[in-house]
This record gives sequence, structure tokens and C-alpha cells, in this order.
Amino acid sequence: MVLQFEKPAAGSWTEAFAGLGTEPLSYEDSISPEFYELEREAIFRRTWLNVGRVEQLPKRGSYFTKELAVCDTSVIVVRGSDDEIRAFHNICRHRGNKLVWQDDPNAEVQGTCRNFTCKYHAWQYGLDGELTFVQQEQEFFGLDKADYPLVQVACDVWEGFVFVNLDPNAGRDGAEGLHDFMGEMGEGLEGYPFGELTQVFDYRAEVGSNWKLFIDAFQEFYHAPVLHVKQNPPGVAAPLMQMGFEGMHYALHGPHRMVSTTGGTSERMPQEYVKPIDIAFRSGLFGPWDKPEGGAGPLTRGMNPAGHKTWGLDSFQFFPNFVILTWEGGWYLTYHYWPLAVDRHLFEGRLYFRPPKNASDRLAQELAAVTFKEYALQDGNTLEATQKMLKSRVVTEFPLCDQEVLCRHLHKVVHDEVAKFGGGA
Amino acid sequence: MTAMLPAGFDDLEPYADRWSLATEGERYAERLSSSMDDMEAFYAAAMARTDDAKAYLDGFPLDELPDDALALLHLLYSLICVSFAVECWKQPNVPDSGAAYLDLVKEPVP
Repeated sequence: MVLQFEKPAAGSWTEAFAGLGTEPLSYEDSISPEFYELEREAIFRRTWLNVGRVEQLPKRGSYFTKELAVCDTSVIVVRGSDDEIRAFHNICRHRGNKLVWQDDPNAEVQGTCRNFTCKYHAWQYGLDGELTFVQQEQEFFGLDKADYPLVQVACDVWEGFVFVNLDPNAGRDGAEGLHDFMGEMGEGLEGYPFGELTQVFDYRAEVGSNWKLFIDAFQEFYHAPVLHVKQNPPGVAAPLMQMGFEGMHYALHGPHRMVSTTGGTSERMPQEYVKPIDIAFRSGLFGPWDKPEGGAGPLTRGMNPAGHKTWGLDSFQFFPNFVILTWEGGWYLTYHYWPLAVDRHLFEGRLYFRPPKNASDRLAQELAAVTFKEYALQDGNTLEATQKMLKSRVVTEFPLCDQEVLCRHLHKVVHDEVAKFGGGA
Repeated sequence: MTAMLPAGFDDLEPYADRWSLATEGERYAERLSSSMDDMEAFYAAAMARTDDAKAYLDGFPLDELPDDALALLHLLYSLICVSFAVECWKQPNVPDSGAAYLDLVKEPVP
């Protein structure tokens, strides 16, 4: 096979990155309940986690809640009367009731309010978390309302993405702030017009696999010509599988990682190789064929790092569970993987487009979204099958190829974080 | 019976009652419970009219579509939904997808 894209001087991407090794990988970290408990403490309770976007908080008093089952909590994220965005644990200081919820105590809610009132005994909190009203206050014993504010969670915003960090020391002097955490890979995306792409398709599923297995599935494209073969017309499926997949460029940035790959819409392909529905609505897996008015916009510094003219998309994997994909056509996609148990997680996939200017634009977006779902459904069930057999421990070592270098990196970072915290696998 | 679709789309009218569905969840459920024969007939009829339908719908601001135009747009969303069954899978559901699901919890309107 002829290489399409040049590899680093070390001979492979994997060997170019120090410390990754080339030996087979154990997936014990994806089936061990004990290791899962360590991950919760070492990673999810002390790392910046993306919980939403500023567009979800359009005005003062706008709020949303986010369930963080992996940390056994729920947080309220709210825009205060001073326009500051803050986050609090969603618990009333009086008797521990969940403060903000509707109908289903496990469901996430959003809305706008002037203050938060507990359903249980009507204790009231301001948007800044201060306790402002206690029902029959005179019945209490020397209670000073100033001593019972909501428990604040470190909260910060990067490029419109709202993050929280449950570590009580986060946000304090000496602790790593969000901007430092996002690091060089985050800086490379700064300036992308995230805030202008407000047309959102928001998908969710509970998946019967460890959270890392789905990240692995979407951070290598080695599987793409095989697992998704039927989504290609017969004429193109066989050559694609024979050609296989090669990433144009891989990069590691601290705990984060990215892959840049070729692609692009099938507009320029011989039309007999393109699905009729893609031709009818000028769209498909890589998004709408027609760029938004004014073009897809300039790339930011971190996009298409190889500077290749057949560039199609970049996949930026922010540790631990947040992924941004930027597409050549001027739209982006995010993934979040929220652990629920060692063998279960909540997957969120969101497509963000510019608001459509007419029905044709809207239909092109619909086709891109529906195509995403068809692909993800194939990926999702493969993961349940993998989880089930990994658990058998019949095989405990798995060879990973150079195109799976990012999977290797994720598992290494997870192990390093757990080890730093004092645990081990 | 009153027509659901705009004048000029009479040939799609027989499919409107079943496939003019406002949400992705309804469309996907209808696909899963439909026969391939039914979907192939709908697909063939609707694919023949996509250019006309887009041209007609593009004559309105997207957020001010009259009811019959909106019904036509929803019908095209269903066409997109069933196209995967017809063009790729030759069956209503995604192969090997088993019990996997993916719910669209928030979608643009229209």
C-alpha cells in the first residue's frame, strides 16, 4: 500500500510521541469496577468539565442544570444579575433537597428566574447563591443566613463553552485555571465562530459500554471504511476498504489530542459514486455542500495543521470527555461521554450550523444530522458487543496500529492521572 | 379530504398523511414500523419532486412557511429519514444496531 500522507521521521506517529510505546494494550481499565471508582475521584472530580454553552444562558437569570452522575451530583449553572456565570451544587442547605428540578428529579431543566426556591420548605437563594429567605426564620436557633449560601463550584468560560470543576481548590490561586488547562490545543481553536453557529441538533443515548470505548471509536477512523461500508455506493465501497484509512496529521497536547483528516463533501466525486439523496439535497456525512453565505470562514491556527488542500475535518479531543470536530464546510460537532457505571455512559452528540437562510439550507442540515445518526447507531452497538466480550477476559492484550495512536494516548493519560492520585490499575 | 400539501404536489398527497411528521422521533418510529415496499414507493415518488419542492419552499422565509408548505417540508424530512433504509440498508433499521438508539432531544423548528 502506498502511503498517502507522510509520517514523522520516527517512522510512525506512535513512536514519534514519547512514552506511548507500541506494545499491545490492556482494556482492564474499561471493565474493572475498582478502576472506574478511581477514575471518578482522580479525573472527574478534579478536571474541568464542559457542561454547556453560553447561548443556553441568554439573559440575566437564565439557568440550566447538569446531572453529573459520575460525581454523584447535579449542578446549577446560572447567569447572575451582574452577568457573571456561576455554578452551584444543586442542593438546598436546609435539608438536602435537590433545589432545581421539575417533575422528574433525574431530568435536566433550564429556564429563567429571579431566585431559586426549594420545593420542600421554600428556602430561597439569589442568583449569586446567597440564602435570601428562610421560612419561619424565627423558629431556628441562631441561624445566620450568611452562613448558608449554595455550595459554589468553580466555573469558567472558554470560547463560549461553560466548564465546571468540582475540585474545591479549582479556581483558587495556584490551581490550574481553565485557559491553562485547555492549553495549546485550546488556543489553536480560539477565534472560531462558535457563537454564530446557533442552529443545534442535540442527540443523546445511553450506551452499554465504558465511556473510553466510545471515545476510542470516534478518535480513530481505521474502522470507517469497514464498519460503515454500506453507507457507500457499491462502486466506491470496495476501493475505499482496500485503501483503508490514514490520518493526515496527529498531535498530542498534554492530556488532549487531535487528528486531522482528509475528506470533504462528495460534490466533486463522480456522481455515480454518490448517494442519490446526497445529490438531491446537496449534503451528506461531511455536511452541506454549499458553504454558508460569505464562505466557511477562515481557519483558526490549530485547524488543518498539516496545511493539506484535501483537508476535511479536525477532531479535537479535550480530556477527559469533550470533543470538538470542525468541518471544512464551516460547521462543528461536539461529543460528550458521561460515565454512568464502568460499563455504561451517556453519549451526547450535537451538530452546530449557521442558521439556515431558506428551506434548501435547512434540508441540507437535516440530511447531515440524519447521516450522523445512522453512523452513530452503527458505532454505538458495536461498543456494547466489545464491552461484553472484553469483560470475558478471554483475551487481555490488544494490538493497536499507528492509526489508533490517539486511543493509546487516552488510556495512558487516564492511567497517569489515576496514578498521580495514588491509585493503580 | 382536504389537501395537506400545496397545489402542484397532488402526486405526493397520498403520502402526506403518513409521512408529514413534525419531529425526527415520529419520522424515525414510522420508518421502523414500515414495510420496505411502502417506503420504496414513497421514496420513488418524493425523489422525483425534490427540485420542485425545494424551489417552492425557497419562495418563503423559512420561519413564515404556510401550513401546507410546512407539511411539504416535513414530508421531505421523512424522505431523508427513509432514504437510508432504501439506499443503504435495504431494511428499515440500521444493520447491527440492535437495541442501540439515539434520541434527538432538541431539534430546530421548522
